[in-house]
Amino acid sequence: MKDGLQLEHLRITLGGRSLVDLHESVSPGEVLSVMGPSGSGKSTLLSVMIGQPDPGFTVTGKILLDGRDLTGLGPKARQIGLLFQDDLLFPHLSVGENLAFALPPSIKGRSARQARIEMALEAADLTGFASRDPATLSGGQRSRVALMRCLLSAPRALLLDEPFSRLDADLRRQMREFVFARVQAEGIPAILVTHDVEDALAAGGKVISPLGEIRQAARPA
Amino acid sequence: MFPRLTTTAALLLAGLTVPAFAEPDPKDWEAVLQEARGQTVYWNAWGGDPRTNDYIAWAGEQVQAQFGVTLEHVKLSDTATAVSTVISEKAAGQTEGGSIDLIWINGANFAAMKENDLLFGPWAEDIPNWALLDPQENPALIEDFTVPVEGLEAPWSMARLVFYYDSARVAEPPKTMLEFLDWTQANPGRFTYPQPPDFLGTTFLKQALLELAVRRDPLYAPVEDRVYDEVTKPLWEYIEALTPDLWRQGQAYPQNGPAQRQLMADSEIDIAISFSPGEASAAIANFELPDTVRSMVLEGGTIGNASFLAIPFNANAKAGAMVVANYLMSVEAQLHKQDAEVMGTPTVLAMHKLTPEDAARFADLDLGIATLSPADLGPALPEPHPSWMERIASDWEARFGVAQ
Amino acid sequence: MLPFAPRLTIMILLLPVGAGLAGVLAPAFGWFPALGGVTLSLDPWRALLAWPGLSSAVWLSIVTGLGATLISLILTVMICAAWQGTRAFTMIERALSPLLSVPHAAAAFGLAFLIAPSGWISRAFSPWATGWTQAPDILITQDPNGFALMAGLVVKEVLFLLLMTLAALGQVPARRSVLMAQTMGYGRMAGWVLTVFPRIYPQIRLPVYAVLAYSCSVIDVALILGPTRPSTLAVQVLQWLSDPDLTLRFQAAAGSVLQLVLVLGLLLVWRGGEQATARLGCACVRRGHRMAADGGMRALSMVFALLAVLAVGLGILGLAVWSFAGFWSFPNLLPDQFTLRNWMRQSGGISKIALETAVIGSVATVLSLALVIACLEAEHRHGLRQSNRALWLLYLPLIVPQATFLIGLQTLAISTGLTGMRAAVIAAHVIFVLPYVFLSLADPWRAWDTRQGLVAASLGAGANRILWRVRLPMLLRPVLVAAAVGFAVSVGQYLPTLLIGMGRINTLTTEAVALSSGGDRRLIGVYALSQTVMPFIGFALALGLPALIWRNRRGVDRG
Repeated sequence: MKDGLQLEHLRITLGGRSLVDLHESVSPGEVLSVMGPSGSGKSTLLSVMIGQPDPGFTVTGKILLDGRDLTGLGPKARQIGLLFQDDLLFPHLSVGENLAFALPPSIKGRSARQARIEMALEAADLTGFASRDPATLSGGQRSRVALMRCLLSAPRALLLDEPFSRLDADLRRQMREFVFARVQAEGIPAILVTHDVEDALAAGGKVISPLGEIRQAARPA
Repeated sequence: MFPRLTTTAALLLAGLTVPAFAEPDPKDWEAVLQEARGQTVYWNAWGGDPRTNDYIAWAGEQVQAQFGVTLEHVKLSDTATAVSTVISEKAAGQTEGGSIDLIWINGANFAAMKENDLLFGPWAEDIPNWALLDPQENPALIEDFTVPVEGLEAPWSMARLVFYYDSARVAEPPKTMLEFLDWTQANPGRFTYPQPPDFLGTTFLKQALLELAVRRDPLYAPVEDRVYDEVTKPLWEYIEALTPDLWRQGQAYPQNGPAQRQLMADSEIDIAISFSPGEASAAIANFELPDTVRSMVLEGGTIGNASFLAIPFNANAKAGAMVVANYLMSVEAQLHKQDAEVMGTPTVLAMHKLTPEDAARFADLDLGIATLSPADLGPALPEPHPSWMERIASDWEARFGVAQ
Repeated sequence: MLPFAPRLTIMILLLPVGAGLAGVLAPAFGWFPALGGVTLSLDPWRALLAWPGLSSAVWLSIVTGLGATLISLILTVMICAAWQGTRAFTMIERALSPLLSVPHAAAAFGLAFLIAPSGWISRAFSPWATGWTQAPDILITQDPNGFALMAGLVVKEVLFLLLMTLAALGQVPARRSVLMAQTMGYGRMAGWVLTVFPRIYPQIRLPVYAVLAYSCSVIDVALILGPTRPSTLAVQVLQWLSDPDLTLRFQAAAGSVLQLVLVLGLLLVWRGGEQATARLGCACVRRGHRMAADGGMRALSMVFALLAVLAVGLGILGLAVWSFAGFWSFPNLLPDQFTLRNWMRQSGGISKIALETAVIGSVATVLSLALVIACLEAEHRHGLRQSNRALWLLYLPLIVPQATFLIGLQTLAISTGLTGMRAAVIAAHVIFVLPYVFLSLADPWRAWDTRQGLVAASLGAGANRILWRVRLPMLLRPVLVAAAVGFAVSVGQYLPTLLIGMGRINTLTTEAVALSSGGDRRLIGVYALSQTVMPFIGFALALGLPALIWRNRRGVDRG
């Protein structure tokens, strides 16, 4: 059994055309960047990884997470956290409730759950924001809440779908640092899907195309 | 195994259907009263007149208190709906426990139900208050549009064709059909009649026919093709002459009596038709007509008929229905109904069959400002056979009702 | 269970419609044993064809059906194109739901009182301007061309189509598209029609079809405003059905079938018209006419919008005044005396009936809502796009004329012993409520960003938790609006309540129709107002509750 995320000869084809062909291993704390222009199969890879492939695609190969075969599991059972370019905070819940939504039920007791949420807010530099309406937060604040919400659900891997593309340059740099630092701190494997070279390089891991061509080898840690 | 099952089924069926054959017998009135106690009677009656609705509600309180019968008024916009329901029930094989116990009905609807065996009875001549009627004096009680009633329905109210006009606008109302033509030509656009096949409009045609026809006797038998054209020729000539000067030049007609009454209230017309001698007074009291409205009849009499109550063949509460019908024919109920403040419609009872005290109570009634006394109403002309009504209505439609 | 929801729902709707159709097809070909029809024959059709008014009645139905729909759609498009995104448009939007609460028949009565020669408008100018002391003899309502009938339909249908268009607009970047077109020199209206309308139309296509079918087969409005020599086919069929001559019922059945054929034919014609219009639009784009000078058209469309709003608004106000009127003579603008008697007399009955109406409407709405959400959720969870194509069948009850299949359905209901029971009436209401709930909810439901669900799932939430904790709360407003629409539809049902309730179940509408046959505008006013208030409360809750619950959540659609 191996920790981290393994893509074993994962091939996705549509009408005989190969869109994705990967055989990769991502260790805990490491970020694998998949880079390519739009239409190159990045989003197909994502939907297959979270367990909601679009009909019409043929998928072969396996995805293993901490040694567990994910084939046939739905999004709920996969324990893969998701981060989109839009923060997708639930607009009808307060910031604190958004975080509470993600907190596993195994953490019991009102004060214990409250404490975890406070910790998460603190880590995102948002102390005291629990009762705020997400719509009143700035873009950067919302992105940080989204990441913390994702991490609170204790995922065993992270999928980042162009998470920085909506942010302006300054914020983008800050957010990149924040996200990759958290990934390392949590010690979980992550896959970053992007069309942006800077994002891919900043992730610090290997950069490949959806068909597995290496664009940049991993920086030695 | 099969024979045994069938027998069991047959027994079950027999057991279930036996009560259906034990119909209540009005000759044993005590038993009827007993069976009626606790029953709910669904009376399907036109619900377009709040005063009639109030009267029915009042009658419901009385039969509840006196006989333990619950009366539910099912308000119809059209009696034919009730006929449809009975037909649908028959079509669906529901020969008992039907949803209608009592229908306010007469004329063609009665003829149709009678012809199609949709009615329970005979019962009407066996209920106690039948003794208060005098069919000899008032043949409309046993001949509904010439169709023999034969005890299949009981009368509860009398109706007479009357006209009402605004005396503030019409000084001398016309008194015959021919005067009507003259008046209308002198006052174009100020008279109309409800569009046939509405019963009021058709009654206007029948009244004109009775007055203009050379011979009346063919009208009291089913229509025969050989005489139809000859008998109705004067009618159609008359209507041809009348139409161009009607309200809206005859391009549109009010759809029923109430719509015509509204035209009167809006001052769109000056003379209107009614089948209820008390309607004008009632409408004045109800703010629906100006208090200058008066009633009148034509010389030589107008058509009169009776409103009846019938019980469908599959009624659920036949005993209760008979008790209600009997109560509605009582002195108490008839007096209340003839009160101008209540409905103001003439009674079905024969005064000489009542005690002198009861007869005096009827004589003392205040009829209302616009209601004619029984003497002023003049003679009632009997309704022609219903086949004439249908034939005239469809002929009118072909001639005047399809804009060709 | 959930995967079967669409099929179950379709069955719930199709079985009664099918049974009802069978119940009318049989007598149309002579089969009706209860009336002695035991052989199949074409006699009912011969009788129908021999009726002298047939061609006029059919022509009238076609003209009013197509005319009312076309005018309503054009006005809707004009109003949106000219004014979307302005303050004036917001005001029209606000007026919509109270006006939509006015039942068709009440709106028609109100309109009739406005435009009749003895009506409110005429009174306002008499006698000082017109010299009229008694009403002039001018043919306005019941005109042989059906203009008054079309007007009565248009004022209500424009409001309905506006509501549907507003819902669709939420999913199209309309303002940016128009702005884009305007920067290229197009007029505001041309920009809207050429860039926004093609994207909106597919979403309002079904409501338009429903309007077409309704306008062609409407009964109550036609009785109040329509011509009578002859009337439309649908009214004529109803008259045959209520004729004492029972043999006319065969002819009525044939007429009902003809009515259905007519509606289907009109839908085909409309479809053809859609394609022709699309080609015309494309040709227009290729030529590149900018049509920039549209000031006059914009003003005109505002006039039309105001007319529709005023016709319904003043109409119901007129009925309100009538409900407090004593005698009210022409040409007085207000009643000669005022009285509370009209209300007092009805107050006892009305509260009981209002309760019955509310119970039936609420249960039918909740059932419909549950089925619709189950269908949509099944589609979402199980990707049932395929079988959901069959969901257009849900709209069948809106397209098959009510009178066509309800009589047949009544026979079925009687043979199962279900008539006269509240539950049966509720079931019959669901047939008509459900399509409207689906119509209102499907688009916002499908437009919901499914990534929200994905995110929730990746956070460990199961499908049910996502439904109850994320999707439903976020869609609270469209769900409540759909419920309010469904409730209003239920309140307005006349024939189903009457025929399935066997007259034993009384709602405000059956009571209003029974009383309006007595023609007293005072009582019509009392019931029309009560009938309006009930759906209005529904709409008020649907719009008010989300605004209240989500008052601190700017990101939620709260109206």
